[in-house]
Amino acid sequence: MTDATNPHAPAAPAASEPRGARKSLLVLDERTKRRNRAESRFKAYGIGAIAIAALALLLLVFTVLRDGLPAFTQTFVSVPVYIDPAVVDPEGNRDPEEMRRVITTQYAPLLVGAVNNWIEQSGTQIEGLTNRDVASIFSSRANQDLRFRVLNDPELVGQTIDVNMLAASRIDGMFKGRVTEAIAAIDSRTSVAQYQLAHAMQEAGTLETRFNWHFITRADAPDNMPEAAGLGVALLGSLYMMLTVLLLAVPIGVAASIYLEEFAPKNRLTDVIEVNIANLAAVPSIVFGILGLAAFIQFMHLPRSASIVGGLVLTLMTLPTIIISTRAALKSVPPSIRDAALGVGASRMQTVFHHVLPLAMPGILTGTIIGLAQALGETAPLLLIGMVAFVQTYPAAPWDGGLTDPASALPVQVYNWTQRSDPAFFERASGAIIVLLIFLLCMNVLAVYLRRKFERRW
Amino acid sequence: MKSVKITMSAIAVLASSAAIASARDYVSVAGSSTVLPYSNIVATEFPANYPEFAAPVVEGGGSGGGLSQFCNGVGENTIDIANASRPIRDGERETCAANGVEDIIEVRIGYDGIVFASDVNGPEFVLTPADIFNALGRNVVVDGEVVANPHTTWAQANADLPDQGITAFVPGTRHGTREVFEEKVLAVGCEESGAKAAFEEAHDADTAKEMCMQVRTDGRSVDIDGDYTETLARLDSDREAIGVFGLSFYENNTARLRVATIDGVTPSTETIASGEYPVSRPLFFYVKKAHIGVIPGLKEFAEFFVSDGMAGPDGPLAAYGLVADPELAETQAHVADEVVMN
Repeated sequence: MTDATNPHAPAAPAASEPRGARKSLLVLDERTKRRNRAESRFKAYGIGAIAIAALALLLLVFTVLRDGLPAFTQTFVSVPVYIDPAVVDPEGNRDPEEMRRVITTQYAPLLVGAVNNWIEQSGTQIEGLTNRDVASIFSSRANQDLRFRVLNDPELVGQTIDVNMLAASRIDGMFKGRVTEAIAAIDSRTSVAQYQLAHAMQEAGTLETRFNWHFITRADAPDNMPEAAGLGVALLGSLYMMLTVLLLAVPIGVAASIYLEEFAPKNRLTDVIEVNIANLAAVPSIVFGILGLAAFIQFMHLPRSASIVGGLVLTLMTLPTIIISTRAALKSVPPSIRDAALGVGASRMQTVFHHVLPLAMPGILTGTIIGLAQALGETAPLLLIGMVAFVQTYPAAPWDGGLTDPASALPVQVYNWTQRSDPAFFERASGAIIVLLIFLLCMNVLAVYLRRKFERRW
Repeated sequence: MKSVKITMSAIAVLASSAAIASARDYVSVAGSSTVLPYSNIVATEFPANYPEFAAPVVEGGGSGGGLSQFCNGVGENTIDIANASRPIRDGERETCAANGVEDIIEVRIGYDGIVFASDVNGPEFVLTPADIFNALGRNVVVDGEVVANPHTTWAQANADLPDQGITAFVPGTRHGTREVFEEKVLAVGCEESGAKAAFEEAHDADTAKEMCMQVRTDGRSVDIDGDYTETLARLDSDREAIGVFGLSFYENNTARLRVATIDGVTPSTETIASGEYPVSRPLFFYVKKAHIGVIPGLKEFAEFFVSDGMAGPDGPLAAYGLVADPELAETQAHVADEVVMN
C-alpha cells in the first residue's frame, strides 16, 4: 500500500515494474491524482455550501430591504382647510361640550372641501373624478388630527388653516410603486382618476413623500389606516421585556452558575440539575408560553398583554442559555488562577469574586447578549399571553407601573401586520423587520466587540 | 454580592410595579378575526372622541377562542367583550353560566359577506351553490347514484364552468366562516342539486343533512386554519385555485383577486344588504354586563360601536366592508337599555 501511495517510497522491486515506467516525483500517479481530485471536490462542496448560505442571506436582506424601506417614508398632503362653522359647530354657540358631539368622521367634509378647492384654484381637470376619489385622498387619521386641533383651539372655527396631514395608503402607494395606473384601474379602493389627481397634486407640490419618524414613534393604527401605523408601542414593549429579562435572568443565571461551577459538590443531585438545565435550553419556546399563561396569568392574575408577563416568560426561556454560557466562561478560567488566590490565603468567595468572575466576564457578557438577542426575536410564547393585541396607548414609565400596562412587541407586531388585509401592511411588516434586524445586529456586534476587547488567552 | 443586590432590587422594582397595577381602566376585547378590523377601527376612533377613556385593547383569537376567554369568569383579569362571527352556542353559554358570567348583552353590528375569489388573471367564475356543492361536496349524485365526489375539473361539475382543475381553499373548522360556508353554500347547493333527496332516499334525514355539509377530503379542498392572508398567499402559488374570503378582505385586494358571482349576483355591500347575494352572516360582539360600571368606558364603547357614525351605512365600518344592519336603531336601543340574553 505505502509504496503505491507514496511517491517518496524507495523504488519498487523489479518484479513489480512490468509497466516499465520509472516513477518520477514530478509525474503524479493515478492514485495521487484521485486523492487530489477528492480534495478539490471537497473544497468545492465547502465553497458551495458557503455560497448557498451567503446567497440565501443576500436574498433575504434584499427582499426585506426592497419591501420594507418604503415604510420609512410617507406621503403627506398640505392644503389650506376652511374650518366651516356649520360642520364643526352646528349649534353655533362655540360651546366646547356641543362641539365635542361632532365626531371625528364628521370632519371629513372639511378635507373634501379643501381638496375640491385646490382642484378649482389650480385649474386641474380630471375626467371621471368622483366625490369618493376626492374623499379618499386623506387618511382617516387626518379627521382625528383636525378635530383634535379644532377642539384644542376653538378660535380656529371660521378660519382657513394650513394643514399637513397623512395621505391615504393607496395614494401613498402611488409614489412608492405599489399602486400603478394599471392596478389603480382594477383596485376598488382607488381609481385612475384618483391616480391622475394624486400626480397632479404631487407636481404642484401639494403632495410630498418624505421621511416619516412616526413609523418608529407612533402607536399601531387600525386596518383602515395603514399609513398611520407605527412601531412605538412595540418598541417600548420590547424594551420593557428586555429590561425585565436583564434584571432577572442575569443575576439569577450568574448566581446559579457560580454556585454550580465553584461551590456545589459533584454528586447525583448536581448531575440531575445539570442535565435538566441542558434539557431546558432545548425546550421549544412555545412551551414557555403555555407555562406563562398558566402560572403568571391564570394563577398569579397578572394582566394579559402586559410586558412584565412577556418579560418573565422570556426570562425563563433565556435562563438556561445564560447559565450554560456562564458556566463555560467560568470553566475556561485556568485553575492556576484559583490555586494562586487560594494559595495566598483568599477565601473561596474572594477567589471567585476577585479573580475568577472578572476573568470570566467577557464570556458571560457575550452569552447574555446572545441570550437577550434570542429573546428579542422570540414570538411564539408571546402569542399565548396576549401580546398579539391592538394596543394604541404607550405603556407608562416602568416606575409608574408601566410594566403591567398592555404593550406589543417587535416580532409580534410583524406577525400582526402580516395578517391584515390591506397590502400596505405588508410593507410596514417588512419595515418592522428591518428595525428588528438592526437591533439584533447591534446586539451581536456589541457581543463580538466585548469579546474581542476583554478576551484573555492563556 | 453585587448580583444579590441587583436581584433584590430587580424583584423590588417588579413587585412595586405589580402593586401599582390596580384597577384596569381600559376595555379588553378578544375574538373573531373577521370582527377584529372593525373592532380596531372603533377602538381608534373611541379615544379620539372620548378622551376621558383609555384606548381599548383588542386581541384576535377566533370566535371560539374569544368566547372561551369571555366565559372564563367575571373580574378584571377577564375580557369585557368577545367578538364573534357567529351567534354564541348553547354549550358556551353553559360554560359562561358555570363560571358566573350570567348576564350577557348580545350586540349585532352588521353583516359580512362571504365571497369566492380566484386569481385576477384567471377565468371568470359564475357559480351557483349547486356548482360549489358538486365540486366540493364529499358525496355527490352522478347519474342518479350517490358516489364519492369524482369531479376533478369545474367543467365536470357544471359544463358551463371553465375547464380548470378543482382546488379550493376553504376556512378551517375553527373559523366561524366555515359554518356559513357549510350552511349557506353547501347545504343550499345540496338541496338545489337534488343530492339531498337522493341522500334521504339512501339514508335517514339526519344523515342526509350531515352528508350535505361534508367537504371532500381527497386534497382538492384544503382547509386553511390561518387568516385570509394565508389563503391569498396560497392562491398566489396555485393560480388555478379558488379561495373563500370575507367581503372586506376582497375589497382591499381587488387588484389581485377576481370575485365569483353566486346565482348571478356580484357580492357588494349593497347586494348583501338587499339580500340578493345569498352568502352572508351577521357579526356580533358580546358584552359582560357585570363589567359595566366597573370597567370605565365599557358601555360608552359598546354604544359608540353601534352608533350611526360608526356602524351606519356612511360610517367607516361600512367603508371598510361591513354591511350595515338595517335594524341598527333597535340594536342601539338594546345596548342603551342593557338588554341581556335570556
